[in-house]
Parts: sequence; structure tokens; C-alpha cells
Amino acid sequence: MSLSLRTAKSGRINRKKPLSFRFDGQLYRAFEGDTLASGLLANGVHLMGRSFKYHRPRGLISAGSEEPNALVGVDRGNGRYTPNLRATQVELHDGLIAESQNSWPSLAYDVGEINNLLSPLFVAGFYYKTFMQPKQAWKNVYEPVIRRAAGLGKAATAADPDHYASRFAHCDVLVIGAGPAGLAAALAAAESGARVILCDEQNELGGSLLAELHATIDGVPAQTWLEQTLAALVAKSDTVTLLPRTQCFGYFAQNFLGLAERVTDHLAQPDPRLPRERLWQVRAKEVVIATGAHERPLVFPDNDRPGIMLADAARIFANRYGVRAGGRAVIATAHDSAYQAAIDLKAAGVTIAMIADLRKEANGPLPMAARAAGIHVETGTAITGSKGRLRVKAALVGKIGTDGEESVPCDLILMCGGWTPSVHLFSQSRGKLVFDEAKQVFVPGHSAQQERSVGACKGSETLIEALNEGFAAGRDAAEKAGFAKGKARKAKVSGVIEAHGGFLGAVPHGHDVNRVKAFVDFQNDVTAKDIKLATREGMHSIEHVKRYTTTGMATDQGKTSNMNALAIAAEALGKAIPAVGLTTFRQPYTPITFGTMAGHSRGDLFDPVRRTPMHGWAKAQGAKFEDVGLWKRAHYFPKAGEDLHAAVARECRIVRETAGLFDASTLGKIEVVGPDAAEFMNRLYTNPWSKLEVGRCRYGLMLNEAGFVMDDGVVGRISANRFHVTTTTGGAARVLNHMEDYLQTEFPELKVALTSTTEQWAVIAVQGPQARAIIATLVEGIDLANEAMPHMSVREGKICGVPTRLFRMSFTGELGFEVNVPADYGQAIWEAIWAEGEKHGAVAYGTEAMHVLRAEKGYIIVGQETDGTVTPHDLGLDWAIGKAKPDFVGKRSLTRVDLVKPDRQQLVGLLTVDSQIVLEEGAQVTLAANPPPGTSALGHVTSAYHSATLGHSIALAMVASGRARIGEVLHVPMPNGAIAVRVCEPIFYDKDGSRLNV
Amino acid sequence: MRFSVFNLARQALSAHRNWPEQWRSPEPKNAYDAIIIGAGGHGLGTAYYLAKEHGMRNIAVLEKGWLGGGNTGRNTTIIRSNYLWEESQGLYEHAVKLWENLSQELNYNVMYSARGVMMLAHTIHDIQVFKRHVHANRLQGIDNEWLTPEQAKEFCPILNIAPNMRYPILGAALQRRGGVARHDAVAWGYARAASAMGVDIIQNCEVTGIRRDANGAVSGVETTRGLIGTKKIGVVAAGHTSVVMGMADVRMPLESYPLQALVSEPIKPIMPCVVMSNTIHAYMSQSDKGELVIGAGTDAYTSYSQTGGLHITTHTLDAICELFPNVRRLRMLRNWGGIVDVTPDRSPIIGKTPVKGLYVNCGWGTGGFKATPGSANVFAHTIAKDEPHPINAAFTLDRFRTGRLIDEAAAAAVAH
Amino acid sequence: MLLIPCPHCGPRPEIEFRYAGEAHVARAADPGAVNDQDWAEYLYFRSNPKGIHFERWRHVSGCARFFNCVRDTVSDKILTTYPAGEKKPDLGTLMKEAGR
Repeated sequence: MSLSLRTAKSGRINRKKPLSFRFDGQLYRAFEGDTLASGLLANGVHLMGRSFKYHRPRGLISAGSEEPNALVGVDRGNGRYTPNLRATQVELHDGLIAESQNSWPSLAYDVGEINNLLSPLFVAGFYYKTFMQPKQAWKNVYEPVIRRAAGLGKAATAADPDHYASRFAHCDVLVIGAGPAGLAAALAAAESGARVILCDEQNELGGSLLAELHATIDGVPAQTWLEQTLAALVAKSDTVTLLPRTQCFGYFAQNFLGLAERVTDHLAQPDPRLPRERLWQVRAKEVVIATGAHERPLVFPDNDRPGIMLADAARIFANRYGVRAGGRAVIATAHDSAYQAAIDLKAAGVTIAMIADLRKEANGPLPMAARAAGIHVETGTAITGSKGRLRVKAALVGKIGTDGEESVPCDLILMCGGWTPSVHLFSQSRGKLVFDEAKQVFVPGHSAQQERSVGACKGSETLIEALNEGFAAGRDAAEKAGFAKGKARKAKVSGVIEAHGGFLGAVPHGHDVNRVKAFVDFQNDVTAKDIKLATREGMHSIEHVKRYTTTGMATDQGKTSNMNALAIAAEALGKAIPAVGLTTFRQPYTPITFGTMAGHSRGDLFDPVRRTPMHGWAKAQGAKFEDVGLWKRAHYFPKAGEDLHAAVARECRIVRETAGLFDASTLGKIEVVGPDAAEFMNRLYTNPWSKLEVGRCRYGLMLNEAGFVMDDGVVGRISANRFHVTTTTGGAARVLNHMEDYLQTEFPELKVALTSTTEQWAVIAVQGPQARAIIATLVEGIDLANEAMPHMSVREGKICGVPTRLFRMSFTGELGFEVNVPADYGQAIWEAIWAEGEKHGAVAYGTEAMHVLRAEKGYIIVGQETDGTVTPHDLGLDWAIGKAKPDFVGKRSLTRVDLVKPDRQQLVGLLTVDSQIVLEEGAQVTLAANPPPGTSALGHVTSAYHSATLGHSIALAMVASGRARIGEVLHVPMPNGAIAVRVCEPIFYDKDGSRLNV
Repeated sequence: MRFSVFNLARQALSAHRNWPEQWRSPEPKNAYDAIIIGAGGHGLGTAYYLAKEHGMRNIAVLEKGWLGGGNTGRNTTIIRSNYLWEESQGLYEHAVKLWENLSQELNYNVMYSARGVMMLAHTIHDIQVFKRHVHANRLQGIDNEWLTPEQAKEFCPILNIAPNMRYPILGAALQRRGGVARHDAVAWGYARAASAMGVDIIQNCEVTGIRRDANGAVSGVETTRGLIGTKKIGVVAAGHTSVVMGMADVRMPLESYPLQALVSEPIKPIMPCVVMSNTIHAYMSQSDKGELVIGAGTDAYTSYSQTGGLHITTHTLDAICELFPNVRRLRMLRNWGGIVDVTPDRSPIIGKTPVKGLYVNCGWGTGGFKATPGSANVFAHTIAKDEPHPINAAFTLDRFRTGRLIDEAAAAAVAH
Repeated sequence: MLLIPCPHCGPRPEIEFRYAGEAHVARAADPGAVNDQDWAEYLYFRSNPKGIHFERWRHVSGCARFFNCVRDTVSDKILTTYPAGEKKPDLGTLMKEAGR
């Protein structure tokens, strides 16, 4: 292990805790506190990746989350492979395994680099201009090749075993960014008593202070002030929440913000109980944005070689991580801050070959200090190129306005084009940006929400501004959140020197601008000439430029590139920068893990499961279940060796011969109560209700206002003012909402209350000739005799000592009862009835047998026979319409032109000519046996089953003018030929209903 | 200059200095024979077909922002024609047939890629609905086939078909000719081809009023760049249709909702097709660049803000992670919103309006991209002939009076 | 996620509510007397404004009541909410209160 690149002492790494890690299989040593980036730099490794398009060798350019180049995959094994992580954000732990991406066979020798040679062809948008001939070649040849070449890292192949958490939080003041401005804001807000959340994307809170070696704040060194401030915030832990490693990624309406916290990736052996990441969804009364600024690269030819990085990044690596990014540096800048980097790097032992400053003059305090430190400074001088391949070997520099160019040997080029305020979150909050002409940056203007920006993200350039703006903002935010105004604070700062300057666009040079590669967007390989090409081709909007060249669309979302791209486009278009405008800042600020967004919502927690009170019994019997909405319903009860068909045939047969028990608890139940209950029912259902006697039931049909069937169910009149309404399983919530809507907003004069009782009643259907005998011994206080309790009636009494609403009704066509009991008693009563049923040879049947039995009787299922376009008349349900009623929901629509047309589809039965063929549900019905393509269907099969009772297949269908076609032979075309069917009445069993009234 | 590999190579020799503008940026004339409001794919395509098939070249497309900047440039680019009703099948199949030759027709690579669109069934009801689609499509000669869960996984190997999923996959309907295309290229390709035929595409030109003559017929548009005369106006303004039609005092059966989409960071290919699940609200494909392209349903409320709620995104991604458990560690790169105009029956309105000379093409909801060439083609016919093409004859505004809806939503609960 | 001030319960997150379309679309007292075109207007045609929108929400996971809401569909800012059945508030007053 070579430690020669380590500085003597500085930095926040723990030199007492060495660790080892692997990158592309090679073992390296580093220290606790290092990132993968600093660890590799410390080992002299600059080559960390390949660019997206040209596969050019790349090193890192930054030290933070804006990094476009150094993307790696980290493998923790067993599906825990994460691609596209920025090496600058990967915290090292002992044993970490990382690898480079987008290269083959190796990072140093990548065949994809041939793209670099072909780059004269591969300009912006080239793929729109070619790959069009022959026609099939795009899909079969070009696209597969392009897809294999594109993409960055690889996805894991196995399911991710880690889990993710999510949390909703409320606070008075959310402070985003824990640099000096954010810390000051959090402190001031906390001192006012506000509940504060302070988050920062880095592993340590402190922001720029973590690399600050010279400044003193309030008389102590900056890093001491940081410690004291954090201690003060920790002391208020009941009101202050500190969230390091937490990226605020999105700013939504009404001060709702998304934060993503990285919980375990930095740990060598994380506690398996911990989530890998956590999503925070925060509703903040007030927000302070203190997200800092990004240093801009300079756009010069070959500005992308490994060893070329941002000046402040090198300073951070030296000061915070104790790493010298090189031995001999050339610094190219247009901003004073790079002089600080030069001074600090020189102090860390890096030779500064020269500083080339684009500006005519550089006489600020920092340039003067650098000169005083003996650093060679050339002003009016541009960097015009670089040499090297896998590592930069020399910088080309020349006086602006001359063609002269000098090659300066070096292993490190540091660039600084100035600083771009990080206005992403402000812009996401829909605040309006304004262009600061003096500083040539976009800064926050008019706010749209309860927020304020402080420090570098609003264009402030000095530490003292950051601190004082932070204090004031924290105080203001707390006050606006309802707390007493805190006392004003001002920081005292010494030791840091003001830094100004900046440059936008492409650095001037003497080379052919149309041939050199001066990168703007490093990851997507977008060069200055690509942007100019786009403008030449008519892409005059910055959005067009972005989309045509893909600048700013890489995984860094253009954090380092957007302003340079904009400036180059503006110059090419001859417009001012604000006239060209910015592209939209979209969330997330940095990429957010899918798993984090999904949180706990996975597996059984993906959606709640609703189970009936008798679910456990059915499961113990070996029932197979189906999903209906959120419910699990018993589909069928197979005995050993039975498949679906055998089980259903047996269940149907025994119900018709003897009896069966069916769990109908999932049906929706609504209690409609009040003096106007009958009138309300009159208005909501097609049927008339006023004259329904207490103790009787009626089949109710509900339409939507457009006149189409929406729901149905049996309704019992419990008393003059009380109806027990049932709905379909899937329609329960919709029907209640529909009823409430009309009751609350259209008919508020009606005195009615609606209560969902779906989960209060367990419902046991006992159906079959023996149904009465089975329940007779259990029921108390109800005369079950046919005359006393006829078909379609309801009684209240007890069963096994438990209160019941007992319905006599049938969805099978057999004598039947539905026993409603309080849900808590559901399984006990079921078991009691089952015990009686077994004596009679009864069967438990599931939804599939229920479907067959009802189809034999021609009873519709809403959602199966109907599809939202079907009227009562279509279904032959005119009898369910109260003709004398002046109005009901949907009535008016039934007279619309198209709803009374004679050729509408109508419900009919179909019998296959070959009686053993079962039609397929959804199959089309046509006049001709072999219709040519384009033939209009007459309709379609809605339900089709083999009827064990009848010994042949049956089907229901919606067929145009169907009732007039009864007796006709039609056809159901299938891939292997048409099936002939005869149209019949939609009832196949016990047409006169004699089995119901026994 | 034609786009071809030869011209690309030739231009490379001169460092691509000589490529001409893809479209002109003209000043608006005083009057045109027809004006299209909205330079999205549908609007630019309408202008293209008006010029090419109907000889109307003195026409303009007005765009308040930048061309292709609305839903054309914001959608997830799914193309398919396996709809339920014959009217819809006719319209979308017309579009698919045009897609198949669009790159060659426009001399612009729109990257139509028939990768297959697979729609997952999670319940018995889903199976019934999708099989009804399969049968209805076969009758019309439109490909759509039923797959078992195992066949579905063979077609998309990262799909989770475990029977213990919360909503296990019981099968899938696959349209092999369905697929994706490059959205920007569609707008740019139509713009370039239309501009070459003389169509004026005028960006940064917002329509602020519609002028009508004494008989009530349209006579021109007021814009931020002045008054422009015309006797025919085609409104193709998507989410803003109600606003534009309101300028002619025409109320519309539309509501505008935010629709969000997102992409992941680019990864090497894992996703060979488009997979849609309407039951658990998510769909996904992978772009040529390597980004997973993901979408879902709209936000709940009408809005013109082009943003939506975080809870929609989290819900979309939890569904995606259930369907594709190996993507859980991948990361969302970009999330954005568009404004989609939704009709009560989830089918578009393409046709004449109560105002003479005013035509409208709207209501595409979440599924307009797939129809772009077909919609533009029949709308151009409607404007040029002052009567609908047989393919769009049923998609009238009047159907909301008669009740002759084309209800794809109620029939299938299918997002487009 | 919007923060919606339920007039009965106070501010609550959007996921507690269900959107219920444009407000003040009155159902005719005698639908039978309405012609087809006007009936279609009632059923389907909506103002869909870019700007101030009078709309209905239901606090389905709270008090379960329908209420009306005035929201700017460009900024999604909510100007006010009020119980169902109350008269439309005066827009000018609302705008003044919102400081516009």
C-alpha cells in the first residue's frame, strides 16, 4: 500500500482504522472515513469509468453527488448488487467490493473505445438520420446492437433481499443542507422552540466546513464551531431531528417534501433488522433551502481525461480526506476560489505548476495570496487542451487572442469555471428564478411556497453571508411557524477571503471548434460542437437542445453541465442567456432507489388482504382462493385428486340434490335507515320500494346517471324505516359512495342515514332442497315454513343463540337461506350449520360453483354480463323498473337516442350444437361461420360453463337484437374453426321457478 | 438534405457544418388556408397530411411553447391497437400500420420498435376481459394472443410469476406488433417533413382568441404574435383543449388531469418488451438508452400544473417492484408530469364542432401517442373535406348526446 | 400530495380524500323535462378551467362528507373549502384574501 498520496495529517479520516476494499478485483487499502473515490485516489487510481457514448476513459471530476463520471457497481452479494453509484458517495467499509461499468474486457482496454474513433459519425442526433434501411433492420439489427452498447451498469439478477422503510413526518422548519447556512438556520429555528428537521446528503453534517482549514467562526476554528453547533442541536433532540445521509429529492405542493435516507449501505455488517434506506415524507410549515452551489467545469478540448477535476474537489480530497489527487497540478480557472485550492494543495505537498486564469486580471485577495505563496499565475490565459490517455500527462495553455500554445507537464488539471447555485429544490417548489447579470447565475426570485433560500444556493459567495442569512432565515421561519421571534444573531468570521469570478460557455482556443471534443456533459459525451450543431439544425429552444444532444439528461441531471450548455446555446443563437431560458428542474434531485419509494409496500403488504370470518375454516378444508378486489374468496373446495372441473361439478350436483354452504360475507351491505329511507331507495334504485312489505325482499337494480347498470343485489325491508341493502363484492365501496353523493348533495332534504355493514355481518348461504331442514334445528323464534316465510323474505331471530337476520333468497335457483350473523360469530355459526349439513350430505361450495348455478338460472353478474354499457332493457330486466316512479338515478338517460335503438345487444342464452363443447368467455358471436377479417361481431359470450346438472354446456351472451334471434343458429369463430350455437332464452334450469317455492 | 448514412458520412468530412435547419422558423403570415393549434405529434402530423395528401400547403401550426413540448415529449411511447371496440380497433390499427412505415415516409428515424406489448391478468375477471379483447381483435385481423404465466415469463424473463404474489399473474394478452417509438423524433420528423412542404411552424405563438364572422364561422385567430386570418382551425391542444375551445364558446366533455411518468438510470438491457398491469397500476419498458420507462394512472384531480403527487409515484414503483423484484435497487432518475385531457368514455373526439370551420382532435387521455399518425391522418381528412374519414366517423362530439359512447374504460378497466 | 382543509375536520393529506369532480353542477329537479343536449351537458360537459376551479371532494377516510373546494388548477393552491350546499363564494373576495 502506497501512502505517498496521503497528506501528512489533515482530514477527517480515521488513520487508526485502516480497511481494505476491492475495485475491479484489485485489493486496495484505505481508512475509515474514506469514500471509494478518495480511497482510489489515495492509491493513485484515477481511471474509474468509461463514458456512455464514446467509452472514453474517465476519472472523477467532483467530490460529491454531482459526479458524472465515476459510476461504479457495488456488490454485497445475494441480489444486493447496485449499479451506477457515484464513487464520491460510496462510503468505504472493510471488505467493500466495487467494479467499474460500461467497459469490456476491462476498464483500461475497452473495445467500446472504437466509438471514440467513429465519433465524427456519432454526433448529436445521428441516430435520427440513419438506421432506416431496410425497414426491418431497425428492430432486428440496429436496435439490438445499440441497446447492448447503451446502458450504464447492470441490474441485479435476483430479487433484492433488503427491506426499506418509510415514514411520514411533520415539522415546523425543515432545513435542507447542513453546511454553514443550514446549520445556522437550524440553530436559530431550534432556539425559538420550533420542531426542526435538518437533513444533508453527506455522511457528515457540515457541508463546506468539513474541508475548511482556515476560517474561524465566533473566535473558534470553523470545524470547532461545527462541533459546538452540532452539540447544541443534539442537545435539543426532543425538537431537533438530524438526518445525515439524507437527500431531500423533491419539493411538492403545499410544502410537502420527499427525503431519502441511506441507512445501512455504509456499514460492513448491518443489523439485518435495519432497513437499507428510508423514505421520509415531510410536511413542513416552513422550509429553509441551504443546498449550496456546484463548481462548474471549464469546457476546453479534451477536458475529460482522468486526472482532470474540479479545483474545489481536489481541495476537498486534500483537506477532508487527506489525499493528494496528484503530484503536479495545472490549475485553470476563472474564479478566485481555485486559488484557495492551489494554496491548500500546495500546503498539502502538491506542486502547482501554474494557474492559468481566463480573466484579464486577477487581483483579488486570494490571487494575491497565491502569488505571495510563490504560485505561478498567468492571467488572460486559457487552457486549450490536454494530453494523456488513461491519465492526463500535460495541459495545453495559451494566451487568449494568440495561437500560441504551451504544453505544461502535469498529472493533475484542476478547473474552475465558477459556481452555480443549486436552485433545483427552489425551482421544484415552483418559485421563479431570476438571472443575476452581475454574477451570471440564476438565483431564487419570487417564492411560491413557504420557503427561503440561504447561502450559496441563493448566490451568496462568502461564509459570513451564509451564516448570517442562515441565522436570519431560521429565526424568520420559526416565527412564521408560530414561534416567538428569537433574538437576532450575527456571526463573526475571520480567516476566509472573498472569492469572485466565473465563466460560462466554451473556453476560447485556436483549434478547429468543429473537430475537437470539448465536453459539456461528461457522462453523455455531449460536446460544445454538438450543442452548436443542434442550434444550426433549428433546435432553438433549450429544451430542444437538451433533447437533441441529451445534454443534462445523464444520471447527474446536468448539475455541472447545464449552465455551460445554456451559455453555448445562447451564444450560438445570438441571444442572452435568460432569453434562452433553463430547462425544467425535475425531481428527484439525485436518483432515488425504487425500493425506497416502495417502502413497506411489498409482498402481503403490497395491498391489504380482506378475509371473511370463515376464511380459516375454508383454508383448513383445502379451499383454493381467488382474488376479488381486496378479498380472498374460496373459489372451490377440491377433494383429493380433484381438479377445478371435477370439484365444481360435484359441488353443483350436491347443491341441487341436497344442499350446499357458501360464504357470501364479501357481498357489500349497507344499512339504509330513516323516515325517508323508502323514498331514497326509490331514487337510487330502478325498482319501486314504497310498497315493499316489512319482512319482504326484492332484487334491486342500480344504474349510474348515464343509464347503465352499475350494481345489483337483494334488499330486505327490516322495518318501515330500515332497509338491509346488499351490493356486489367489488361494488360495495362504489355503491356507498354513489349513495352518499346523492344523499349529501342532491337529496339533502331526505332524512336518511347510510352505514356500511359489510364487515359487521358474516353471511352463510345455505342453498338446496335440504336447506330448511339443515337450519331448522338451529334457528329460534322464526317460523321457517314456506307459507310463513316465503321466497324473498327476511326475518329477525336467533340462530344458536346468536342474533340473526335470516333471508330466504336464492342465487342458485334452489330453496335457499342466507344467514346473517354478527361477524365475530361467523365461523362458529358456520361450523354449527356445517355440522347439521353434514348429516344431510351437504357440501361447501365456492365462487366457481356459485357462478355455474346462477348461470343455469340465467342470473346475471354485474361486471360479467355487463360492462358499463348495458341497460336494464338489454338484460331483459324491464320488470325491475318502477314504471310509475317520476324519477330515479339513470332514468332520464334511458330515453337517449342510442339507448332505445332496436339493434342493441341483448342478453340471451347460447347452446352449443355439439353439447359438450364449452365456449370461451369473451369469444365473439357472428352470423357467418367463417367471417372474413373486419366482420362486425353480433356480440360476445359473457359466461360459459359445463353444467353437470344438465349434462351439457351452457352460455350467456350479449347479442345484437338477441331476443329476436331466439332459435337461430349463430357462430362463435375460434382459431381452429367456428363453433355453431343456437340462441335460446337465458335460462336453462327450472324455468318456472318451482324449486324456489317449496 | 436527405437523412441517410451516406449524407451522415459526407457531412462528417466537413465536421457537420452544413446540415440545414430541420424546420424553418418563419414569421406568421397575415392569413392561412388552415391553422392547426398545437405543435405536438398530432398537430404536426395533421399539417403534414394536409400538405401531402390534400395539397393544402398554405397552412400554419401555432405552438405556444416549443414544438413537441407537451404530451408528445412526456409520454411513455407505448404503441398498440388491441382495443375492444371496433371503432377503436379501426383507429388504432390505422395508426399502427402508419407507424410501420413512418421512418421511411418521413425520412426520420422514429425508432418504431415492435417489441411486443404484454398486458397482465391478475384475476379471473382480468382473464375474461383480456380474452374478450383477444377474440374481438382476431375477428378484426388484429394480432393479440393469450399467454400462460410461463409463456409470459419466457417473453419477459424478469417477470415475477410466483403463485404467492399478492396478485399472482394468471396469464397475459400479448400484441407482438405493439411496441414503442422515439417520441421526440415523431414531432421532429413531422415538423421537418411538413416544413419542407411549405407548412409554417410558428413556435412561441400562443393563441389568445378565436375570431368568428357574422355567420358564426371562424375567421381567424388572435395570437401573442398578432392576428392571423383563416377559415379553418384544427384544435389539437391536448390538455389545453377546453381552454382553446372556450375561446369559441364551445364547451367540451373533458377534464384535464396530471399524468406522471418516470425513468430509471440507464442499465444494460433487461426488459425486452412492454409490460402493462392495469390491475396493480403500472407499466414498464426499457428505452434504447437503457432507462426503464415507467408509468401508471393519472393523479386524482384536474390540474394544469404538470406536476403530481409523490404518492402516485411511490404506488407505481411498489407495483413495479412486485412485478420485477430484481429492479428494487435501481433508481429513479427523472419523474415528470403532463396534462392529459380525458373524456367520459376514455375515447378521443375527432371531428367537426358546432362552429363552422372549427375542428377538434382531443380527449386522448393517457394513450394518445400510439395513435399519432392515424389520428393526424384522419383529422387532416376531416379538415380538408369538411367531413370525417370513415375511421373517425364514430368519434364525434355528438355521441355524448346520443349515448353512443365508445367506452373502453368501462368495458375493460384498461388504462391506455 | 395536496394538503386539503376539510371544512369539518381541518387540514388533512390528500390520500384521505376522494376527488369528486366539478362542483355546482346541479341535477335538474325534473330530469324528464330536460332535452338530450342539456342532459348531455349535465352528464359530461365540464368547464375544466385553467385557473380557479370549483370542485368537490369527499373526506372519505375522515368525516365521509362531500364538500366544495376552490383551487387554482395552475398552482394547485387551495383558496377555500366550504360545506356542500353552501353558495358559491365570491371569487373577487377570495382572490383579495389570497393576496392577488
